[in-house]
Amino acid sequence: MIKFIIKRLLMLIPVLLGISFIIFAIMSLTPGDPVRMKLGDGATEEEITAMRDEMGLNDPFLVQYVRYVKNALHGDFGKSYRNNVDVFGELMARFPNTLRLAVFGILISVLIGIPVGVISAVKQYSAADNIITILALLMTSLPSFWLGLMMILLFANKLHLLPATGVDTWKHFIMPSIAVAATTLATLIRMTRSTMLDVIRQDYVRTAKAKGASDRAIVFRHELRNALLPVITVIGVNFGSLLGGAMIAETVFAIPGLGSLMVASVRAKDTPMVMASVLFVAVAVGVINLIVDILYAYVDPRIKSQYGAHKASGRDRK
Amino acid sequence: MPFSSRMNKGINMSEQILEIKDLHVVYNTDEGTVYAINGMDLSVEKGQVLGLVGETGAGKTTMALSVLRLLPDRIGEIKSGSIRLEDTDIIRAPEAEMKKIRGNKISMIFQDPMTSLNPIMTVGEQIAEVLEIHNRDMTKQQIEERVDEMLTLVGISPERKTDYPHQFSGGMKQRVVIAIALACTPDLLIADEPTTALDVTIQDQVLQMMRGLKEKFNTAMILITHDLGVVANNCDSVAIMYAGEVIEYGTVEDIFEGEERHPYTAGLFGSIPDLTKKERRLHPIDGLMPDPSNLPEGCAFHERCPKCMDICRTTKPEAMQFGTHMIRCHCCAPGIDGRETA
Repeated sequence: MIKFIIKRLLMLIPVLLGISFIIFAIMSLTPGDPVRMKLGDGATEEEITAMRDEMGLNDPFLVQYVRYVKNALHGDFGKSYRNNVDVFGELMARFPNTLRLAVFGILISVLIGIPVGVISAVKQYSAADNIITILALLMTSLPSFWLGLMMILLFANKLHLLPATGVDTWKHFIMPSIAVAATTLATLIRMTRSTMLDVIRQDYVRTAKAKGASDRAIVFRHELRNALLPVITVIGVNFGSLLGGAMIAETVFAIPGLGSLMVASVRAKDTPMVMASVLFVAVAVGVINLIVDILYAYVDPRIKSQYGAHKASGRDRK
Repeated sequence: MPFSSRMNKGINMSEQILEIKDLHVVYNTDEGTVYAINGMDLSVEKGQVLGLVGETGAGKTTMALSVLRLLPDRIGEIKSGSIRLEDTDIIRAPEAEMKKIRGNKISMIFQDPMTSLNPIMTVGEQIAEVLEIHNRDMTKQQIEERVDEMLTLVGISPERKTDYPHQFSGGMKQRVVIAIALACTPDLLIADEPTTALDVTIQDQVLQMMRGLKEKFNTAMILITHDLGVVANNCDSVAIMYAGEVIEYGTVEDIFEGEERHPYTAGLFGSIPDLTKKERRLHPIDGLMPDPSNLPEGCAFHERCPKCMDICRTTKPEAMQFGTHMIRCHCCAPGIDGRETA
């Protein structure tokens, strides 16, 4: 297993190199000049040229890229073109907000989505199942910014129960978390329901019933664990995209997180900031995928044996 | 000599473990109602091995699932008839009582060992589960010992109980399935084609093992199979099923050597290749089993029957009794013209 983890972490290196190259290329080749943006309209040509030289922007593209990678490997991600703050420090200041939002969002989705999906599958075609299916469809269809605005209207403006914007207390995170969770929650409900329905029809569930097992034991011991594999994948993917920045929710609720940072930096052609935040998210997604794969092995012994951790991995397997 | 009667083989009622009477089971599907079992009668005595033979779709597995009341939810439905397990009315028993019966009094070995085991539980856990359900007073220690004992019994080393099903071959998985089925020493074991998925050498091992276990625990057994050879070697009596009915029933001698035979049974035997003759082709029974959602009138077999008479197209044949041998065919009825000896 440890060998597997190390292998997977090493595989991140070419991925990061690829991503950094692509982003760097996009940032360099797209129109717009960070220097002009920074100095404003009143700057003279001489000032601009001097500034470009100082920032190394007159060097060829590849030279700039290699210099960036070299510095990054030394832990230096540069300073923001926009406001000269240290890029890494800014990321670290903002990441906790995004992480909190993503974790709360995923927790809400998992804690509600999986049980509701299970109920929906076990009671297939019942009134509860129909209602759940319709609600899930509604939640996938609602844009999260609309949901966010509506919640602000109701809970902040009308009822004065929750703060509308900011990140000061856990209360500030309730509405944004619900807004980002809605889509994931709906996906999880639908996914859990369909994989459960698939598992319910499996022969081994019939075997369990023929043993005289209780309904509880059948659902939890035999069905749910088998149904969880694809659900874990969905959780991982959604967690990754939440970390990548719930830009809309961050904008609506004025949360200083990675998403809003990325959008602002792209607009300002702030290459160091964009590069660093994209790379940061890439690492986070890579790590999450690794965790998902490790969870797989924990849930499914067949996968574990493929990772070479099980004593009998060499024996017959399909 | 032959006389027409309802099935009553003069068996002492107290010895019967399972009695199915006039069972009707349907599947309500989107495409219409499928009549899977149509007036089936069957009884099994304690310690008896009954072979249940028939083509695919004859209703053999449906019968087995009905006895355990495990027909698919909402789709499978027992329309009428009765199933009695000793003193229990299976059709009307509350679900809680059925849970106590399943795995304890009646066990089932399912057709496909590859998919019958939970892929994410060790085989030891899966054997222990049935013991935990039905023997709440057993300690963990006792259960572990019993698991070891069962594995040894089916010829698997107890050290492998911490392995998962994917680490076992097909034959070994089937042994595990059998160990689960026998762990609580059931009174009745329903084996649904226990050897179909296995290769011939393993087939014989598994059957031999099941015979041995039957001797040891005096378990009654319903052996569902297509294989007449398996029946001849393992069963006391045989029921031939066609389109959801038992059309012939008798001891192994009655079926294999009896003078009278249902034309369908005759066809089944006729389709076994004779190795002593040089023949290039097999002799299958012409035609296909009737569509169970649209059964023909009269005898269900008449469209394929080489001895079909006018009456067969209109009237369902009654069960004819010849001692222990029952045949449901007009051609065996007394006073029918054109009757030939089989």
